[in-house]
Amino acid sequence: MSDISKAFANGKAFIPFITCGDPDLETTEECIVKMQEAGASMVELGIPFSDPTAEGPVIMEASIRALEAGCTTDKVFDMAARLRSEKGVTIPMVVMTYANVVFSYGIDRFCKRAAECGISGFILPDVPFEEKEEFASVMRGYSLDFVSLIAPTSEDRIAKIASSAEGFIYVVSSLGVTGVRSKINTDIEGLTSQVRSSSNVPCAIGFGISTPEQAKNMSGHADGVIVGSAIVKLIARHGKDAPSYVFEYVKSMVDAIS
Amino acid sequence: MEQSKGRFGIHGGQYIPETLMNAVIELEEAYNHYKNDPEFNAELTKLFNDYAGRPSNLYYAAKMTEDLGGCKIYLKREDLNHTGSHKINNVLGQALLAKKMGKTRLIAETGAGQHGVATATAAALMGMECKVFMGKVDTERQALNVYRMKLLGASVMPVTSGTATLKDAVSEAMREWTTRIDDTHYCLGSVMGPHPFPTIVRDFQAVISKESKRQVMEAEGKLPDYVLACCGGGSNAIGSFYHYIEDEGVHLIGCEAAGRGIDTFETAATINTGSVGIFHGMKSYFCQNEYGQIAPVYSISAGLDYPGIGPEHAMLHDMGRAEYVAVTDDEAVNAFEYLSKIEGIIPAIESAHAVAYAMKLAPTLPKDKVMVITISGRGDKDCAAIARYRGEDINE
Repeated sequence: MSDISKAFANGKAFIPFITCGDPDLETTEECIVKMQEAGASMVELGIPFSDPTAEGPVIMEASIRALEAGCTTDKVFDMAARLRSEKGVTIPMVVMTYANVVFSYGIDRFCKRAAECGISGFILPDVPFEEKEEFASVMRGYSLDFVSLIAPTSEDRIAKIASSAEGFIYVVSSLGVTGVRSKINTDIEGLTSQVRSSSNVPCAIGFGISTPEQAKNMSGHADGVIVGSAIVKLIARHGKDAPSYVFEYVKSMVDAIS
Repeated sequence: MEQSKGRFGIHGGQYIPETLMNAVIELEEAYNHYKNDPEFNAELTKLFNDYAGRPSNLYYAAKMTEDLGGCKIYLKREDLNHTGSHKINNVLGQALLAKKMGKTRLIAETGAGQHGVATATAAALMGMECKVFMGKVDTERQALNVYRMKLLGASVMPVTSGTATLKDAVSEAMREWTTRIDDTHYCLGSVMGPHPFPTIVRDFQAVISKESKRQVMEAEGKLPDYVLACCGGGSNAIGSFYHYIEDEGVHLIGCEAAGRGIDTFETAATINTGSVGIFHGMKSYFCQNEYGQIAPVYSISAGLDYPGIGPEHAMLHDMGRAEYVAVTDDEAVNAFEYLSKIEGIIPAIESAHAVAYAMKLAPTLPKDKVMVITISGRGDKDCAAIARYRGEDINE
């Protein structure tokens, strides 16, 4: 077990996502420091993958920019280590990436390095419950959590996924890929109450959330709110000047849910 | 550790977002039910025979045999099927299955456009809506097929993300499927993707080797010694191999697209240049870098321009049961012209990769050996591109 529970210990958690290396790792690093300052409870570090099939255009394009700028798995690990040792980042950090990024690095080697850098767990959107053990069995040896996702289409699968969940449960708010949505149509309340009846692990809602109003609504049904594309978009717009904008945005979201 | 479902050795599996899991489970259950249903099979056989024009001919290529001076060469003529390629076999099966499952809409990816045309055709026949994802680059090099799909009532979505070719079309079709699984079936065109697709597509394509085995026995009184097929994702290759896998004396050879050569970065020869990875729902071999980033691949053939290969091929390679060889653009174009001139058969540029390897192998084999080459599709669609390759600009 990791220290992820720490993120949910003081009220509702706000969990920002960032595509590492877009526009460069120095900016990413600075943004993460600002996220903590603004009150984020945990941060998701996206290691870019060339073909992110669960992502919408915003994160897909950011991933390509990051790879073109030379971002690699090793450089993301080095950044995470610096955040812990030099930049005073103490909130839990989880890695979000795709199965092949972990597999090609060597699952054991990946987990070992992640643990050394102060990473708490992984979110792998293309690894469902059925394929989980290949990764989770190795992670446990390093006290890393495998974060499970639950979707609006999970239905009869919810109980089995939730009852073996570790760290936190990522509740996917909508069908489709990541990205900003003006409206979320799923019965979130029904979904999270089903999750809660099978598990005491905290649950956080993500996919499609961008405004403080949406965050406030969603936080009523869960322990935390995850925002990705809206932040990645801000960084795309402001480039190296993004950290101060990210600070303002994260603060507005944290204020909305507390 | 216990292996998950749909494994071929270490390969295969179901590496997909949770949103899609119940959709693939529903598909697997439906397939397991209908594959043994006599009524379903009778309907499919009727479609194969009356609509697609099966069984396809096994043609003895006498002039080619004589010219190459080695083994006897037969061509399995999938190019004679309705819509001009083997793709119709899989599509009729999946469309019928989707219809039985109550789906009203088909989506598909396409590279060369053959699978897109086949899917649009089946959708028209069965009164279903159809949307085809095709890399922008491919829509340009296969403009005629784009028009054919539209003519058949399908909408074509040019995909601009990534390399704007087949892999990006697959990613985009998967993304679309996650937004709409209630009424939509993803009609995957090759023996790839998450379980149960590699098995379903293989079973529908296995009709190729089921027929060829009987046809060769009738013509020669024995099994063939060599079976050759081109291999990108690998659907015509697995269909051509399947009923011979247990017959160990039959050499199975998949011909990959080497593009400008396997020692260059402009290649799509997955087994010859790739390594084991996880992508598009499956574990298999992929062209990728040391960090698992999928490599941009290249081949003159849009249908073979894919950075992965189906998991069953990956297993056949690991076992040493099938051999995978690399054929360059140049060799394939020569073979395209050769078969046209010597037998009066214009093969698809994809199929020409298998013909090219046969041109190297056949002369080295004794005259009493028998080789079957699958001509997976016809080459009309490629004429303009090959003319350009030879420096001639023609209007389609």
